[in-house]
Amino acid sequence: MTVSVRIPTILRSYTGGTAVVSTGPGTVREVIAGLDADYPGIGGRLLDDAGQLRRFVNVYVGDEDIRLVQGLDTPVSDGGQISVIPAVAGG
Amino acid sequence: MSTTLTNPATTKSPTRFGYATHLACRECGHVSPLGSTHACDQCFGPLEVAYDLPPLTRESIESGPLSMWRYASLLPVPADVASRPNLDPGWTRLIRADQLARTLGMRELWIKDERGNPTHSFKDRVVGVALAAAIELGFKVLACPSTGNLANAVAAAAARAGIRSVVLIPADLEPQKIIGSAVYGGSLVAVQGSYDDVNRLASELADDRDDWAFVNVNVRPYYAEGSKTIGFEVAEQLGWRLPEQIVVPVASGAQLVKIDKAFREFVATGLVEDSPYRVFGAQATGCSPVAAAFRAGHDVVQPVRPATIAKSLAIGNPADGPYVLDVVRRTGGTVADVSDDALVEAIRLLAYSEGIFAETAGGVTLAVLRTLLAEGQIDPDARTVIINSGDGLKTPDAVAASIQATTPIAPTLAAFAARELAALAPAF
Repeated sequence: MTVSVRIPTILRSYTGGTAVVSTGPGTVREVIAGLDADYPGIGGRLLDDAGQLRRFVNVYVGDEDIRLVQGLDTPVSDGGQISVIPAVAGG
Repeated sequence: MSTTLTNPATTKSPTRFGYATHLACRECGHVSPLGSTHACDQCFGPLEVAYDLPPLTRESIESGPLSMWRYASLLPVPADVASRPNLDPGWTRLIRADQLARTLGMRELWIKDERGNPTHSFKDRVVGVALAAAIELGFKVLACPSTGNLANAVAAAAARAGIRSVVLIPADLEPQKIIGSAVYGGSLVAVQGSYDDVNRLASELADDRDDWAFVNVNVRPYYAEGSKTIGFEVAEQLGWRLPEQIVVPVASGAQLVKIDKAFREFVATGLVEDSPYRVFGAQATGCSPVAAAFRAGHDVVQPVRPATIAKSLAIGNPADGPYVLDVVRRTGGTVADVSDDALVEAIRLLAYSEGIFAETAGGVTLAVLRTLLAEGQIDPDARTVIINSGDGLKTPDAVAASIQATTPIAPTLAAFAARELAALAPAF
């Protein structure tokens, strides 16, 4: 029962340099809470004080940008893959 | 302009990044050293280059090269950048468009025509800065995700500089843009998906390829500064004064934001008078997340799935969208969008009126100008500049369907006379 999460370089200081970490399934919000339990502080980098996704963080579940589906309520099933990417790219 | 560069008390020495001093987060202000990072490690916000500028004079700029490197002191590049192998972008024409102005009922309209760049779009400017920074930062490969114009610019600049390039493009790109990248050698990778999918892949690759400079990802703070030179040139070419209104196409939004930054830097350094200006953003309706956010009064941009023929503007998740909203709201402008039919009509109007064949993004910009004039949001009597960011020869299919096919005639006077009669109907 695991979900793999791809961690961007700027957050790898929290994961000891590991690029892909595992956590349990649930909604994206629950996955981030699980991550924060394993790597304290990482959740605060992804979510603001109101618990919303920071505006320059993109989170993908599989191929889907969560802002195009259910946001932090987007479900992540067992075996799912999440990628966290700084939004400031492109153009 | 009384200040000079020769006063020992105020002379500053440029480093390998010119007069740039550090990177600062636009969101939280967190400061980082000049390096190869683009997002704040505190809040993910975009990092921006900060400077300790020397005194600048109009004369010192006017005596510089006839390229964007005349503004090298205002960019994060080494002082000798112009003498290194590069494409010498910029110093494109600012064209007074009187016939078009008359058609639109305007008093003074100018077109900043970016077709004049080495690969025929403004992207040569941003790549010029990114290339210089990438070399200083020790990167070995120049790379990018691209909607086409950037791929052309990266492949050409890397060829000229003698380094390897890797460009990632959506597989459904216009053939002219694919050929216009592949011809320079380097690696061209067509990706099944939208630009936003390609961009995501590039962001993940940038994390894993230590010696690859993705110009618009991990060296984006430097890259984006290149667009300031559009604003610098507009002001200098208008006789060292700012326009009163400017309409800029919005894809990621970086170009609009940096043109505004350029105007503010020219004011701050005393190179132009501080006069009010309004900035307007232009999008295609099929990919108009920033216009939608503006109308809704939001300060965040909800991503969309693009569906427009203006592929160079088809970025559904624009990185600088929030800052576009800040700029247009601060200056009293707006962000508007137009249909694909309207942009095609505008491409033809510009060609017919001024002899300028714009690419789809240029059509979007002119069509938005027309819309905002009709709505009374743009003052027809104010000095107005619009940006044509690229060349219609790269996107001919956009207008091909609206242009009458030519069937051959017999090589006789009678056949010509018959054709001439049939062709008397005007295009507009």
